[in-house]
Amino acid sequence: MVSFMNLIKSINMKRILTTLLLLIVTAAGAKAQEKGSVLIKNGTVITITGDDLAETDILIEDGIITKIGKDLRKPRGAEEVDATGKYVMPGILDAHSHLNGVDINEARNPVTAEVTMEESVNPNALGIYHALAGGVTTIHLMHGSANVIGGQGETLKLRYGSTQEGMRFKDAPRTIKFALGENPTRVHGQGSGIQPRTRMGVEQVIRGYFNDAQDYKRNREEYLEAKAEYDRRGKGTPPVPVPQNLRYDVLNDIIDGKILVHCHSYRADEILMLMRVFKDFGIENYTFQHGNEAFKVAPELAKNGAHTSVFADWWAYKFEVYYSTAYNAAILNENGVVNSINSDSGELIRHLNHEAAKTIRYGKLSQNDALRMITINPAVQLGVDDRVGSIEEGKHGDVVIWSGHPLSIYSIAEKTYVDGIKYFDRGEDADDMRIDINPNVDFDDARNYNEIISGREHDSCMKDAFILMEETLQH
Amino acid sequence: MTMKKQINFIIVCFLLAGFQTAEAQITDKPEFGKFAITGATLHTVTNGIINNGVILIDGKEITYVGDNANTSGYTEIDASGKHVYPGFIDSWTRLGLVEVSSVPVTNDASELGRFNPHVRAFTAFNPHSAAIPVTRVSGVTTVISAPSSGSISGKAGLMNLWGYSPDSMAVAGNAALVLNLPSPGKRGWWDQRSEKEIKKQYEESLKRINDYLDKARFYNEMMTAYEENPRGKEQPDMDIELEAMREVVNGDIPVIISVSREKDILAAIEWTEKQEGMRFVFEGVQEGWRVAEELAESGIPCLVSTLYNTTRGYDNYQRPYQNPGLLHEAGVKVAIGTGDTENVRNAPFHAGYAATYGLGTEAAVKALTINPAEIFGAADELGSLEEGKQATLFISDGDPFEPMSQIEQVFIEGNKIPMDSRHIQLYQEFLDRDAVND
Repeated sequence: MVSFMNLIKSINMKRILTTLLLLIVTAAGAKAQEKGSVLIKNGTVITITGDDLAETDILIEDGIITKIGKDLRKPRGAEEVDATGKYVMPGILDAHSHLNGVDINEARNPVTAEVTMEESVNPNALGIYHALAGGVTTIHLMHGSANVIGGQGETLKLRYGSTQEGMRFKDAPRTIKFALGENPTRVHGQGSGIQPRTRMGVEQVIRGYFNDAQDYKRNREEYLEAKAEYDRRGKGTPPVPVPQNLRYDVLNDIIDGKILVHCHSYRADEILMLMRVFKDFGIENYTFQHGNEAFKVAPELAKNGAHTSVFADWWAYKFEVYYSTAYNAAILNENGVVNSINSDSGELIRHLNHEAAKTIRYGKLSQNDALRMITINPAVQLGVDDRVGSIEEGKHGDVVIWSGHPLSIYSIAEKTYVDGIKYFDRGEDADDMRIDINPNVDFDDARNYNEIISGREHDSCMKDAFILMEETLQH
Repeated sequence: MTMKKQINFIIVCFLLAGFQTAEAQITDKPEFGKFAITGATLHTVTNGIINNGVILIDGKEITYVGDNANTSGYTEIDASGKHVYPGFIDSWTRLGLVEVSSVPVTNDASELGRFNPHVRAFTAFNPHSAAIPVTRVSGVTTVISAPSSGSISGKAGLMNLWGYSPDSMAVAGNAALVLNLPSPGKRGWWDQRSEKEIKKQYEESLKRINDYLDKARFYNEMMTAYEENPRGKEQPDMDIELEAMREVVNGDIPVIISVSREKDILAAIEWTEKQEGMRFVFEGVQEGWRVAEELAESGIPCLVSTLYNTTRGYDNYQRPYQNPGLLHEAGVKVAIGTGDTENVRNAPFHAGYAATYGLGTEAAVKALTINPAEIFGAADELGSLEEGKQATLFISDGDPFEPMSQIEQVFIEGNKIPMDSRHIQLYQEFLDRDAVND
């Protein structure tokens, strides 16, 4: 062993090995973001942004939709799939998910803007497979709702079984989670005895941190200038340092419009409050998540250009959603608010197509408006509508082949493609769909208790925070 | 009462007062009388499909189902091009017992104590829950409302979703007893007990249930003997718990056992075989498809309330959807439940999934109608469009399993229900309002 180490030292193997290792890692990352070529023949194409096209082909080359038309020729090396009698739709986007987050809530402070979901991505989570089987190709993996300003999110493509890096939606805009109402007031006020305990407090926490961040920015810039001047002159009194503060840096990025805000909210009053605060700080691009009472302030939302991302029909699981309605999406849509339907759940994400169809029952939306709420509208809210959310030449090859019209309960997603690569095929589905098999977990006995009870996760936004609350409430 | 208790009591009173106003559901009164529904496709469930059919309703009952009837004297409802189904029954809910699940004072589903055969969902069923109109306008007209705690949770009620009192809403106030058997396995990944401890606790827990049942049987025999011939006998003391067990051990009402995992189902089948004279129904039954043959052989009907559950981690994603179809194919009588409270209205979509993934539409309709009616002994009143049954039905503009369809009119026990709920009222109020705030 010693002689081996000497050998390495002697020929500077270390550097070579490091380079090799880096090359391998890069190659793995590249493979994870691999692009495919496929010709989907003769399906009914639901383009979303244009008309539906009967008996039409879609050609995806190297991950990009290059041609939509009749009788397209299959290029060499491309896969060909017959979609006769079937429907082809863009992959569904879920603007609110905790599907494969390793950790969800950094719940020890009401503002934790500096944390991100970047390193909290599990590419092997079985939930990804369930979502793919429901025709979903992109999710917005969010921080939880324990904090008024939580962590930054990650927009992911569902490349099941790739790597953390492989799952990222390349060049998607940065996002951040805000949360109003019961969750932050419960965790911090009720749980830890610190502000905010009320919706009054929530507003001032945001204003206070934004003001501090702006002061910090000015002081920091003044200090850096003075420091540069001192360094240049090489004499005099050095300026008092203003150390870098990552939390304030992120808050300033929000104020400067570099980060899209997605705000967990339910009640009409808190929605109005945040719009007032954002107006004062000049923040423009934001989406209210859940927004169960958004319908009550739909004209104000439209006027401010705010977006909403709501449940199709969830209500009454907590008091702040008791006075809500399944007609929320329809009212928002009629008022011209860009609205999406999200899941916030490993269960609902499996049938977002039917969640969208409910907007037809509750408010008689058109089929196109219903489908927009799970495709192009969430794409707008995540700032990726130039790349996904519709079937258009030049967009990503994220498409799903359905056995029938995707809004029908009798239709089944058969094949799901991300960047032209097939990640789900019902025909090839195995009995055991695990990618990582953990010998310590005996699924026969040790399944998640909550799943057995109901399968529903009304509060997945609060994952990791409940343990904290139980701890603190005991004291 | 200590000072603190008094303050708590006052707070609870205030909360309750608040909730009472919150829950008052103001809809118009229903119409009641003689109705003729004409021109519709009638999905009778028990006698096939009648095209361009007529249903006559007189008071609480259906008096005619067919394709030709004299409708004079009846208020005619032209349902040409529409569909009529018997009211859907959700076989597993907490509707009426829980208003806001995260607010404990509004949760009446879980009583304290291990054995509560005498507590009844009927008693705490809130006829004015805001979720009731929200549910019934979806065509779900009837639910099993079930308690949920301890080994014996209490009695579940079979409730119609129109009325001002549980008395007027109950199809069967005591529809079934709810029993939770212990599991011979771990409770979850967090369960740190050793194999030995698990086995010991399982056996102890099962023994407690067995002893309780033995006691109930003994009590029942003793009471029956006395009732049949009191002469010369000392009257035994009445026990309200064991008294409530008499209709259970007699087999007059079934016992619902909530059971989902393969091992638990097999253990439960084995256990039920030892309980002579009692009737059983399984609820949940998430992994029923793994043991469908055994379930069929046992003759135990299943309330599958796990369509929307993700399954045991590594299973093919379709298994929960295929489960009702696989059970039905093996010969099990299947009913479908949501296990929900505020979104019981989704029961038709659960059934739609079952239909799509193997059960087929006809059998899926049965799983929401005649099957639960039979399981809970209400088939003479509910579950199909038949003369002499309750006029509990609905008219839809299309397939009621499709989220895109509209449910246009609901009847419950002859009441032509106003198609209104708080969700609809909020829609009407807020659809079109001008911005009043800068």
